[in-house]
Amino acid sequence: MAQHEAAILVEEGASGAAHGGSEGGLSIHPMDQFVVQPLFHDGAVGIFTVTNATFWMAMAVLCTVLLLVIGTRGRNVVPSRAQSVAELAYGFVYKMVEDVTGREAVKYFPYIMTLFMFIVMANSLALLPMSFAPTAHISVTAVLAFAVFFGVTILGFVKHGTSFLGLFWVSSAPLVIRPVLAVIELISYFVRPVSHSVRLAGNITAGHAVLKVFAGFASVMGIGAILPVVAITAIYALEVLVAFIQAYIFTILTCVYLKDALHPSH
Amino acid sequence: MATDPRQSVLGEGETAATGMPQLDLGSFPNQIFWLLVALGAIYYVLSRVALPRIGAVLAERQGTITNDIAAAEELKLKASEAEAAYEKALADARAEAHRISDENKAEMQAELDRAMEKADARISEQQDESERRIAEIRDNAMANVEEIAKETAQALVGAMGGEAESGRVNSAVDTRMEERA
Repeated sequence: MAQHEAAILVEEGASGAAHGGSEGGLSIHPMDQFVVQPLFHDGAVGIFTVTNATFWMAMAVLCTVLLLVIGTRGRNVVPSRAQSVAELAYGFVYKMVEDVTGREAVKYFPYIMTLFMFIVMANSLALLPMSFAPTAHISVTAVLAFAVFFGVTILGFVKHGTSFLGLFWVSSAPLVIRPVLAVIELISYFVRPVSHSVRLAGNITAGHAVLKVFAGFASVMGIGAILPVVAITAIYALEVLVAFIQAYIFTILTCVYLKDALHPSH
Repeated sequence: MATDPRQSVLGEGETAATGMPQLDLGSFPNQIFWLLVALGAIYYVLSRVALPRIGAVLAERQGTITNDIAAAEELKLKASEAEAAYEKALADARAEAHRISDENKAEMQAELDRAMEKADARISEQQDESERRIAEIRDNAMANVEEIAKETAQALVGAMGGEAESGRVNSAVDTRMEERA
């Protein structure tokens, strides 16, 4: 019996892997696009294996270099098109750091710009068909978020010593409820990297999965797939917006956290 | 399930195939490693090349704009100065023209006055001369009349048969002439 069941399972698995076969051709695998695979050979994904994730991160680096280095090589006072986009990105993040965090935080601008450029490029490139979204992976966004979290926390202690803990001690509140607030503040502080990373990964994952689901509908419906195609178009437009907005949110939250580290008093 | 080709590729195939590939712990070290490489590369390029360059370009543009605005203001100032100078020159020229015309007028008036004076002098001179000559003529005429009167009187006296005593006739004529005059 057990052998028989195993054989059936194998058969189902094989046909399912082939095309979903008996289920009327409706085999949508919206999460397959997130699978990390080696590029040049079959086998396990080791730490140094060149994978599709590696490739698309490299593309993000390449596009950043193309835009910010090759695009500005003219150093024109009257900018070319690429240079004005590069200047726009520079001014956008620089002004964000300056406005949210303050003038003295400008020396951290390269780090924040690095985060912004990586996320916005990875998000945008992930919208190309057949591409891969590094920022849809919690492992990637968690590294980014924890880098910000630890960086900011260490910076706060280095700059202010133990008085950095005043961040959790709301001195403007009545003394009685301060301990309660301190607990809440502490929890919210440690939840920051979680929300920071899950927000980005979740948004990108959800958008790409929905696109894939509608694409599956379209492929099943064939010639009559007007509604799914319209939906894909609309969602794609939304995803273009999301790609930028999530990078913006990640960056501005980084600025806010940095501001807390530089000015811990409420 | 070992026949699924996708699973044979993956280290943690089981979870990846059935759930979210994002939760496949086997791919974490790989992604984290390459993420750090990518971030390092971006940071290196940005901090060494891109950001200083863009910052310099923006600063240069700001400087150029500021300079241009300053230059424009300077030129504007110069233009208004030039305009003021022009106005002043115009006013000066006008005043000069007035002055010259006034001078000319005065000069002409003076010349005219002088000419008139000269003419007046000449006229009065000629008038005097004429008067003098008329008086002379009149005197002569009177003398002639007196002489003719005396001669006529003498002739009349002679014609009436009297011996005309010239002294008495003459005094009688003089007396009469003075009475008539």
